[in-house]
Amino acid sequence: MSDEAGQVLLTINGEQRSFTVESRTLLVQLLRNDCGLTGAKIGCDTGQCGACTVLVDGRAMKSCMLLAIRLGGASITSIEGLASAGEVSSLQRSFIEHHGLQCGFCTPGMILAAADLLSQDSRPDEDAIRHALAGNLCRCTGYQSIVESVQAAASETVLS
Amino acid sequence: MIPARFAYVRARTAEEAFAGLADPEARVIAGGHSLLPMMKLRLAFPSRLIDIAGLDWRGVREEPGHISVGALTSYDDLVRSRMAKQLGCLSDGAARVGDVQIRNVGTIGGGLAHADPASDITAATIALEAELGLVSARGSRRLDAADFFTGPFTTRLEHDEVLSEVRFPKPEPGEASAYESVEDPASGYPIAGAAVRVRVADRGAIQCTIGITGATGHPFRALQVEQLVGQQSGVPSIAEVREALADVQTVGDVIADAEYRKHLAAVVVCRATAKALTRVGQGVE
Repeated sequence: MSDEAGQVLLTINGEQRSFTVESRTLLVQLLRNDCGLTGAKIGCDTGQCGACTVLVDGRAMKSCMLLAIRLGGASITSIEGLASAGEVSSLQRSFIEHHGLQCGFCTPGMILAAADLLSQDSRPDEDAIRHALAGNLCRCTGYQSIVESVQAAASETVLS
Repeated sequence: MIPARFAYVRARTAEEAFAGLADPEARVIAGGHSLLPMMKLRLAFPSRLIDIAGLDWRGVREEPGHISVGALTSYDDLVRSRMAKQLGCLSDGAARVGDVQIRNVGTIGGGLAHADPASDITAATIALEAELGLVSARGSRRLDAADFFTGPFTTRLEHDEVLSEVRFPKPEPGEASAYESVEDPASGYPIAGAAVRVRVADRGAIQCTIGITGATGHPFRALQVEQLVGQQSGVPSIAEVREALADVQTVGDVIADAEYRKHLAAVVVCRATAKALTRVGQGVE
């Protein structure tokens, strides 16, 4: 197949959907414009800020840096997919309880980058958390509370 | 920002990739984390993208005499690979590329073929005397990493060729390597980075190979500094390394002028040499 558009089958937050996309369509545009999932933010649009972070097959990636047409068969989790039955996840709740957000613009990306970390390392130390969140910028500079939110979520996961 | 229109081709075999490259304006895409930003900024506008991500050029394998890294191996795969840990400076460099999200997608082959003068992984391929495997419809060939890079974003890769594999000689006993860099805090790219491989003989004599990135238009092997380390059988002073780099034309920009960049190159050479020697002492391959 060689064309400037094509079909792509994606599982988005557990729901399988087929899309006709231009080859140049970015995943973040597909999520926001075609799916109405506006949790993934377009911050810098150059791969620096991490506000567009989503999970692709469980790994954190920047959706402004991915062509949707290349992702056929992939499972995408956006921030909207973390809550289930109206209940936010323990990681999201930890951000609320530990003041892990100020304006909230970076929050979906922060949480999904943290989700990738916690899926591989259930007891990360502060250095590991800061390393894992290095690709996410918070313009409110509320990093301390963000790190504490992830730490608290990690200890809660281990306790429960 | 949206890239200009292009035709998309998913190559299921290497032959399909070669066929796509018959288009003189086609580009190969692997992780795409260097190419796509350039396309979004309209600094690159290929007519056709040949997607090779589905090819079986992934993973780190031990083979007789060498360690083979598939071109599509992600930086994160490299960081996590136990086998790649033997290639200390490569593992160090991969861990310093971008951030987690970028390392999850970006590939070693894509990074090498892109040949950013400030790449964190190019220096390691030079210091470890890697061979780059290039394939095309015409056949295949191997190039020494030190000969591959010819300028900023410029290599000896021909338009019809694709980088498929990077081969590293298996480390010898008494050998270790390390990569150190000083990064621009905003972009994370190295202002200067050095990969140093040392081989310590029984009598304490040191043989070393050094690749330097970020300081010049393309990464290079620093033969004069290698001799200096060999003569001293230890870590030279920053001033001595700087002297050995006297003939090297370093680049200057808003982040660091040419003189400061040369100083940083000397600093990272000394740090990486010290770290590599420590690793030999610790028995870390």
